[in-house]
Amino acid sequence: MSKPIEHDYIGLSEQPFPSMEKSSDANDKKNGLRLKDTELRLGLPGSNSPEREVHDQNVLSLKSFVSGAKRGFADALDGGVKWVFSRGSGGGSEGLFSPRRGGNNNGGNDLSGPDSGLGGPVSKDGDAQNPLVVQEKKCQVASGSSHGNGNTSATASNRAQVVGWPPIRSFRKNTMASHPTKNDDDYNAEAKLGSGCLYVKVSMDGAPYLRKVDLKIYGSYKELSTALEKMFSCFTIGQCGSHGVSSRDGLSESLLIDLLHGSEYVLTYEDKDGDWMLVGDVPWVMFTNSCKRLRIMKSTEAIGLAPRAMEKCKNRT
Amino acid sequence: MESFELKRSKDSVNSDQSAHWSSFPDEVLERVLSRLKSHRDRSSASLVCKDWYHAERWSRTNVFIGNCYSVSQEIVVRRFSRIRSVTLKGKPRFSDFNLVPENWGANIHAWLVVFAAKYPFLEELRLKRMAINDQSLEFLAVSFPNFKALSLLSCDGFSTNGLAAIATHCKNLTELDIQENDIDDIGGSWLSCFPESFTSLEVLNFANLTSDINFDALEKLVGRCKSMRVLKLNRSVSLEQLQRLLVNAPRLAELGTGSFSQELIVREYEELESALSNCKNMHTLSGLWDAKGIYLPALYPACTHLTFLNLSYAALQSLELAKLLPHRRRLKHLWVLDTVEDKGLEAVGLNCPLLEELRVFPADPFDDEIVHGVTDAGFVAVSFGCPRLHYVLYFCRQMTNAAVATIVQNCPDFTHFRLCIMNPGQPDHLTNEPMDEAFGAVVKTCTKLQRLSVSGRLTDRTFEYIGRYAKNLETLSVAFAGSSDWGMQCVLGGCPKLRKLEIRDCPFGNAALLSGLEKYESMRSLWMSACNVTMNGCRLLAREMPRLNIEVMKEDGSDDSQADKVYVYRSIAGPRRDAPRSVLTL
Repeated sequence: MSKPIEHDYIGLSEQPFPSMEKSSDANDKKNGLRLKDTELRLGLPGSNSPEREVHDQNVLSLKSFVSGAKRGFADALDGGVKWVFSRGSGGGSEGLFSPRRGGNNNGGNDLSGPDSGLGGPVSKDGDAQNPLVVQEKKCQVASGSSHGNGNTSATASNRAQVVGWPPIRSFRKNTMASHPTKNDDDYNAEAKLGSGCLYVKVSMDGAPYLRKVDLKIYGSYKELSTALEKMFSCFTIGQCGSHGVSSRDGLSESLLIDLLHGSEYVLTYEDKDGDWMLVGDVPWVMFTNSCKRLRIMKSTEAIGLAPRAMEKCKNRT
Repeated sequence: MESFELKRSKDSVNSDQSAHWSSFPDEVLERVLSRLKSHRDRSSASLVCKDWYHAERWSRTNVFIGNCYSVSQEIVVRRFSRIRSVTLKGKPRFSDFNLVPENWGANIHAWLVVFAAKYPFLEELRLKRMAINDQSLEFLAVSFPNFKALSLLSCDGFSTNGLAAIATHCKNLTELDIQENDIDDIGGSWLSCFPESFTSLEVLNFANLTSDINFDALEKLVGRCKSMRVLKLNRSVSLEQLQRLLVNAPRLAELGTGSFSQELIVREYEELESALSNCKNMHTLSGLWDAKGIYLPALYPACTHLTFLNLSYAALQSLELAKLLPHRRRLKHLWVLDTVEDKGLEAVGLNCPLLEELRVFPADPFDDEIVHGVTDAGFVAVSFGCPRLHYVLYFCRQMTNAAVATIVQNCPDFTHFRLCIMNPGQPDHLTNEPMDEAFGAVVKTCTKLQRLSVSGRLTDRTFEYIGRYAKNLETLSVAFAGSSDWGMQCVLGGCPKLRKLEIRDCPFGNAALLSGLEKYESMRSLWMSACNVTMNGCRLLAREMPRLNIEVMKEDGSDDSQADKVYVYRSIAGPRRDAPRSVLTL
């Protein structure tokens, strides 16, 4: 069973295309945050393959396999065929939610053969894209509204979120997301389930869907931020990871400043009292005990939080 | 030809006879034609002869423009001089699902400027999928002294400041209807901008907004607008506040509650129940956000005359719905979330014999782990109990061909059949076959079908059926379906009344695109995205059909030759000049 950390927003599952299974060292690739690592794939339901292999091998294999053309429709529906989404050309933070990117990208040019249903859009390494890349529409989401509903659980479906599918208007998506449809009992039960799961929702300003993370599986802020970075990889919260973390348990004050001034986004959380705080103020364990939900907020909106956080830090030290 | 005959008889009248039936004075003709409300009837009348054309255009007060780029402002104002009400639609429908790039267009401002000059007595403006900013709203508010009704549906670009401008300046406002827009909700103070002397509001819908509103201002507003018949609150309004509002507005015909979940003591609950049951005219109920089962009984006495119940923001369980429905036998329109499951839909089938419209929305559309929701069984159950059903929008995770065949056998009068099997390309879950026969049954049986959305695994066979049998089909939405160009060719070759065709992620290419050359001029628009159309194909189409606008939107990093998104529409205004750089006009 894989940890949520391995599943980014679109179900970044490291599964090989069935016909091109190559042995690869999953572990080697997992650590590097390369373009290919963040390749997003769509797996059809019920098509979980047990291996979690790295997929950059598969990108290459895909290339040779289908040479950029769309996969046959019938192929796509055979169990185990994975639809791969390329994150985008070049590096940088282009990708899923980058407003610069367009939405659907077309795969290969000619669709030869009768069985050319949508099938599995194939990603090439970089260039030709797939129609199923998730696109973030840069919309002026009201500050009160929250983001789309993306309740993928930890054991995650590896189904990618297709742009604009199912066809539901933003208002409904945002509305349903901000209030879980489970009633309170179910929700709490889920939180208590399975010894030591502590799922909290993570929303990101501008992203259409939420994610859930299990705080219990991380041991430090760094792990959490790395995981979130992968999950919302296209956004530049990567500042968290790239700055490294001080030896203290928590983000250093300078890192907070960096976050606030250097990055577009900051990580905040809602505590038991309903207050929104910057992540990193308190020791990790205290944080996991009091965190109810996470929000990756635009730093411009977080200005109000900063002074308090700074004060708290100062008060503590 | 009819017009020719009329002309001839008219000529003969002028030459030798006294009054003939066709030589009405213009005023009489205008009077008669002004009774025509339907746009289509008016269009037909205007084609009869020149006199009728002129009489029609003089008498028309309401203009409907289904595609804002199909005609120019100049053409509209030149033809019609007495317009009081304008309805405009802008972006392609798939913009609702984030498929259309930012800043695509459909900006209302240029229209407003022209209207301010030519229709200073404009009273109503209804916009769908248009871009409108605060400056435009302010301009609107100050330019039209008689302005009465503003309706914005699925628009974007404005904030609550724009609403404040409307509230401040529109002294005669009767309708403010803000629905499902991408609105920048800065705060609720706009409500306080209605002056104390303002009493004319009849329709107020701000359910779209998320922030807290100034309840005091709202209460006073509702109190002094005695003619208010439609009030749709946003989620920030609590149950207790709802009760206070209802006490002042017992004549409401349509109510959208705020959040239907609050800790109420017994007295408060009884007051709420009483206030609701006093609304004897209420036929439409919506809102009900976060509705808790324990408060739903407050609705029971209120809703005996309900014809439209919108529970699509209330995550009800099947039992809760089953308890709510038995007194709602007059229901004609029901919207629910799929949390009610098949059992809930069984209750619908048992209790709502007059039901005409059913919409089932998914509560967790993006979560594959969910195993509940509704299935084919629920839909079938409804069809057995509701033979008058003619409009359905159904999101589900599994369906079978047999179920759909049964459904349309029970309900042959479908005019709108929108089935969304949420997993793209999913086959019949029992037989594993494509869903071709399901949609085949729909088009064969439902001869009145006007709108169809297909889903699931579909081969070209589905489109053969559609092309052959769907004689009245006007709107077709296709996603993740088809096997080859032939599918789309069948649709374009059949479906004589097709007006809107929107396709995404299908294997249709240039051959399919070009097979519709003659067809596109009789259609409003065609959308194709993530298909196999190339730039060359689009250029060819543009060359062959100069009266069509062909717009291509490309994705970053896609192949130069691919036409990622294509939007084709007829226009008498020529190519538009306000397209952003991301949109290529061919």
